[in-house]
Amino acid sequence: MTESFSNQYLIVTLFIIVGIALPVVALTVGRFLRPSRPYDAKLTTYESGNDPVGESHVRFNVRYYLYALMFVIFDVETVFIYPWAVAYKSLGLFAFVEMIIFIGLLAVGLIYAWRKKVLTWTSL
Amino acid sequence: MADYVLSAFTWQNGLLFFIWTVITLFAVLGFVTYAIYFERKVIGWMQLRIGPNRVGPLGLLQTVADIAKLLMKEDIIPKAAVRDLFIIAPALTFVPSFVVIATIPFSESITFADLNIGILYYLALSSISTIGIIIGSWASNNKYSLLGGMRSAAQMISYEIPLVLSVVGVILMSSSLNLRVIVEGQLGGVWHWNIFPQIIGFVIFIIAAVSELNRTPFDLPEAESELVAGYHVEYTGFRFAFFMLAEYVYVFAFSAMATVLFLGGWDAPAPFLSFIPGLIWFLLKFSFFVFFLFWIRATLPRIRVDQLMSLAWKVLLPLSLLNILLTVFAIEIHKWIA
Repeated sequence: MTESFSNQYLIVTLFIIVGIALPVVALTVGRFLRPSRPYDAKLTTYESGNDPVGESHVRFNVRYYLYALMFVIFDVETVFIYPWAVAYKSLGLFAFVEMIIFIGLLAVGLIYAWRKKVLTWTSL
Repeated sequence: MADYVLSAFTWQNGLLFFIWTVITLFAVLGFVTYAIYFERKVIGWMQLRIGPNRVGPLGLLQTVADIAKLLMKEDIIPKAAVRDLFIIAPALTFVPSFVVIATIPFSESITFADLNIGILYYLALSSISTIGIIIGSWASNNKYSLLGGMRSAAQMISYEIPLVLSVVGVILMSSSLNLRVIVEGQLGGVWHWNIFPQIIGFVIFIIAAVSELNRTPFDLPEAESELVAGYHVEYTGFRFAFFMLAEYVYVFAFSAMATVLFLGGWDAPAPFLSFIPGLIWFLLKFSFFVFFLFWIRATLPRIRVDQLMSLAWKVLLPLSLLNILLTVFAIEIHKWIA
C-alpha cells in the first residue's frame, strides 16, 4: 500500500519535472533559432505607439481588495466543507444539522455583504 | 499501467513512468496543435468562412507553421520589466496546467497517479496558474497588462468558489475525492451518471470552469478591444506561446474533468454498448466538451465586468450552496426510504 502511495506521488513529481523541462528546453532551443537585435525603441514599454506616460503601476480600484477578502472567507469555507462531504455518509444526521448551521451563517455573511453593496462593481 | 503503479518501485518502473509522462506531454501538445486548428475551422464554418486551408493538405499544418514562427520570433524583454519575474511567469502558468493531467483516469487501464485527493489536487494546482498570470502582468510594468492582470485575478478568485462548491454534490454522492472511485460510482449506463442528479452542479461547474479558463464569454482579462491583450501585452515569441499553451492545456484538463465528474468517464451510455472500449467513450465525451467551448466562443459576446462579478457572487454562489443542501436532503430522504 505504501509502495503504491509513493509511486502515485513519484508520477506527480515526474509530471512536474517534465512540465518544467518543456519551457526550459523550448526556450533554449529557440535561442539558437531566433534573432536578437535589440535597440532602445524596441525595448520601451508598449503603450499603443506613444511614449509611456508616468508610472506603469497605476492606482486601481479598491474593490479588487474587497473581492480578495470575500474570496478568503469563502475559500476557507470550502476547506471545511470538503472533508465533511467525503465523510458525510458515515456521519449521519448530526453532521447534517451542523453543516446547515455553518452554511446558514455564511449565507448571512453573504447577504450582509450584498446589502452593503460590496458585490456591486462600480468602474473599470 | 495500473498494475505497474501498484507494484513495488524499481528503476525499470521509474523509467517506464518517465516514458509515459513524456508520451503524455507529446499527446497533450498534439491535442493542443489540432485543437487550435479545429477551433479555427469550427469558428470559420460558423461564420460562413472556410478557415485555415493553405498550409499543408486542408490546412492541417497551419498550427505547426504558427509554432515554428513563434519559435523564430525575437524574444523582447522590455527595459522597464522586472526581468526575473517576467521570465518565470509563463512557465509558472504552464506547469500546473500540465501537472493536473497526472490524476485524470482516461479508461479502466489508462490512468496515471490514482490520488485519493484527486479533485482537491486538480483545483489546488489549477489555481496556481492565476499567480503566474498576476506575476507576468505586474512584472511587465505596463498599464494595460497590470489592469488585465488585476481583472484576471478578481475573475479567477470569484469563479473559483462556485467551481469548488459545485463539485461538493459529486463528492457527497460518491464519498470520495478519488477520480477513479467517482467514475466507478457512475458505471452502468447513462441513468447512473452524475449529470442528472447533479444538474445544477453541472451547469455551475461548466460556467465557472469556462470563466477559469479565461475564454469567451469571460475573456475580459485579455479583452483586445479595451486592454489590447491584457496580461500578455509585453510578451513575444515563445514566452507568449506558453501563456496560450497553458490556456489550451486547461481546455484539455477541463474537458477531461467534466467528463470524469459528470458524464461517467469511460462508461458506455448503455450496457449493451460496452463492447466498445472505454477509451473511445471517454474521447467522445471529451471531444463534445472541447467542441462546446469552441461553439460558445463563436456564439456568445463578451460580458461586461459588472455582470461578470455579479453572476459569480449573486447567482452562482447562492445556487451552489443550495445545491449542496439539496443533495444532502436527497441523500437523507433516500436513506429514510430505504
